[in-house]
Amino acid sequence: MLKLQSLSVSINGKQILHKIDFEFAKGKIYAIMGPNGSGKSTLAYTIMGHPTYKLAKNSKIFYNGQEITPLPANERAEKGIFLSYQTPLSLAGVKVNQLLQLALSGKKDPLFIRRQALKIAKQLRINEDLLNRSLNEGASGGERKKMEVLQAAVLDKELMIFDEIDTGVDVDALKSIAAYLRRFQKDKAYIIITHYNRILHYLKPHFVVIMDKGKIVRVGDRQLAKQVEKSGYGEMGS
Amino acid sequence: MVTGKWEVKRENIMQTKITNLNMDYRYGFSMPEKAVFKTRKGLDEQVVNEISRIKKEPPWMTKFRLKAYRIFQKKALPGWGGDLSKINFEEIYYYLKPTFSRASSWEELPEEIKKTYDIIGVPQAEKKFLAGVSAQYESEVVYESINKKLRKLGVIFCDMDTALQKYPKIVKQYFGTLIPPHDNKFAALNSAVWSGGSFVYVPQGIKVDLPLQAYFRINAERFGQFERTLIIAEEGSDVHYIEGCTAPIYTTDSLHAAVVEIFVKKNARVRYTTVQNWSTNVYNLVTKRARAESHALMEWIDCNIGSKLTMKYPSVYLYGEGARGEVLSIAFAGRNQLQDAGAKMLHFAPNTSSRIVSKSISKDGGRTSYRGLVQVMPGAKNSSVYVSCDALIIDEKSRSDTYPYMKIKESETEIQHEATVEKLGDEKLFYLMARGLKKVDAEGLLVNGFIEPVAREIPLEYSIELNRLINLEMSGSVG
Repeated sequence: MLKLQSLSVSINGKQILHKIDFEFAKGKIYAIMGPNGSGKSTLAYTIMGHPTYKLAKNSKIFYNGQEITPLPANERAEKGIFLSYQTPLSLAGVKVNQLLQLALSGKKDPLFIRRQALKIAKQLRINEDLLNRSLNEGASGGERKKMEVLQAAVLDKELMIFDEIDTGVDVDALKSIAAYLRRFQKDKAYIIITHYNRILHYLKPHFVVIMDKGKIVRVGDRQLAKQVEKSGYGEMGS
Repeated sequence: MVTGKWEVKRENIMQTKITNLNMDYRYGFSMPEKAVFKTRKGLDEQVVNEISRIKKEPPWMTKFRLKAYRIFQKKALPGWGGDLSKINFEEIYYYLKPTFSRASSWEELPEEIKKTYDIIGVPQAEKKFLAGVSAQYESEVVYESINKKLRKLGVIFCDMDTALQKYPKIVKQYFGTLIPPHDNKFAALNSAVWSGGSFVYVPQGIKVDLPLQAYFRINAERFGQFERTLIIAEEGSDVHYIEGCTAPIYTTDSLHAAVVEIFVKKNARVRYTTVQNWSTNVYNLVTKRARAESHALMEWIDCNIGSKLTMKYPSVYLYGEGARGEVLSIAFAGRNQLQDAGAKMLHFAPNTSSRIVSKSISKDGGRTSYRGLVQVMPGAKNSSVYVSCDALIIDEKSRSDTYPYMKIKESETEIQHEATVEKLGDEKLFYLMARGLKKVDAEGLLVNGFIEPVAREIPLEYSIELNRLINLEMSGSVG
């Protein structure tokens, strides 16, 4: 589904990712783990097409067989990729409903979008008021993350990347987020980026991918996450 | 007093406006000029006399005009703000009258004028809707229909020329007393050659619960529009007046120099909303002032998009104890545009409060300036002042300046001043694009979000139009 080919990425001349080759398959849940600064978020932003992240000449990204390397973020979103932010921004004067309606304009009926957002807000226990207020303004960490999940659910993309969806979130919020993520469907793929395996107690990934120093150093099944929990990342690179 | 039908009609209007905005008319459209009468180009005492004669005005108004003309001649152009030296006062027609008699129904209107209205979005509006709309075409109000209910309440809403004929006493009592001709050069010019504009009189205790609306048009080359508006809200009354403007594109410069005087009596409230979109060759130089008596509330909501140069500083003179004044403004400056706008608040009495919220956006080399004056006189104890001006700069070429003046002569005053300048952030753009929004849509959404605290104060159909105007400006399709 998503294929990374010799992916090397730098920011302001500093190389962060080193020749990553990997393929994410449909119907699978991936957990990407690794210490701070290992390049997990860079990978997420790069897949989404953030303009600050510069790709090396031979680096290529394919989505469903099509090269998407030169495409801006909105066209990648159009193709089916979604990124949930590690630290979701607050947008003054922009309501989540406005955002969703613009993102889906011409594709879904505005009324349907509104209803859908309301339904999902209830499931995630998001206060209805938040839908009609400036996005994330004055919101807690947990509320912000839930708002990301709400957008993911309404936009309903094929490949969804959740960057540290479990950080800065209290237990209750984590449970409602996990409950949504558990409704995973076979025609999608999830990439869950996480520091700890807190969320992995609720959600069973098919693969655990360990990153270190800008490289993928190990790929395994759920047992690998347990191993990390027990003995840290120290020996993963070997 | 007003039925639910009103809302339904407004929605129709809204829809038509949206459709019209989709047309590639670049906010400039002009019908063939078919003026029945106009004065010759340029200005002298003879032209001033002529204007007054055609309008069959009382001698005091003729005198007032002539006196104002002499002041205009002597007054220098303001030495601050934008460049006014390009205005050629000799190349302007000071008076233009499109039709001799005023139409009282839609059918009676000439085809051309109907067409222009259709494009602005005063379409095949039902008479019910038009009751409450005073529409101005060129320098004369040609279409006006007043809600019968308003009349029953004793509310007067008509064009200024009619008011002078029908209610000379009230007009004479207030006209030019708040903004005298010697206030500034353009107030003097307006006083000499004014034509059209609105007159609103709300009797004591009357609350008008539908906004009074006027549509303005400038539609003749080298023709300046000098409307004059006078609003009097008697004790305990309440009224909302709205003006919305779009203007045609012309190659030569056009001058719009209006004067608006508002008297807000004890415990009364007046809200004056402007959504202006002059074409980018218009000099928009407007003097707006309100006098608020004790416990009165005056609110100016001022949205300036378009024009070549706007210089406008709505002011409130807080004369009565406990009076309140507000100016909420939005300014958008694109290429070759300067929006020099702000507010003036003068506190003369104790316990008065003022609030200024200014939001400006500059793009494609455009410039916005916030220029504000807050003055608290000795003895205006326990007054409070709040000023907040935020500037959003879209690109490197654009510019924003802030000139806040505060003259506080009373120590028992609470003052808050906030100013921010921000750039349209790449991170915010990316966030929205990652959700699937095109770059222009993302920019439009952010800019509209930025002005939202002011835009939400504007009636729905206007704020939707404003929203669309901003989106179009952001997409760069408007030159």
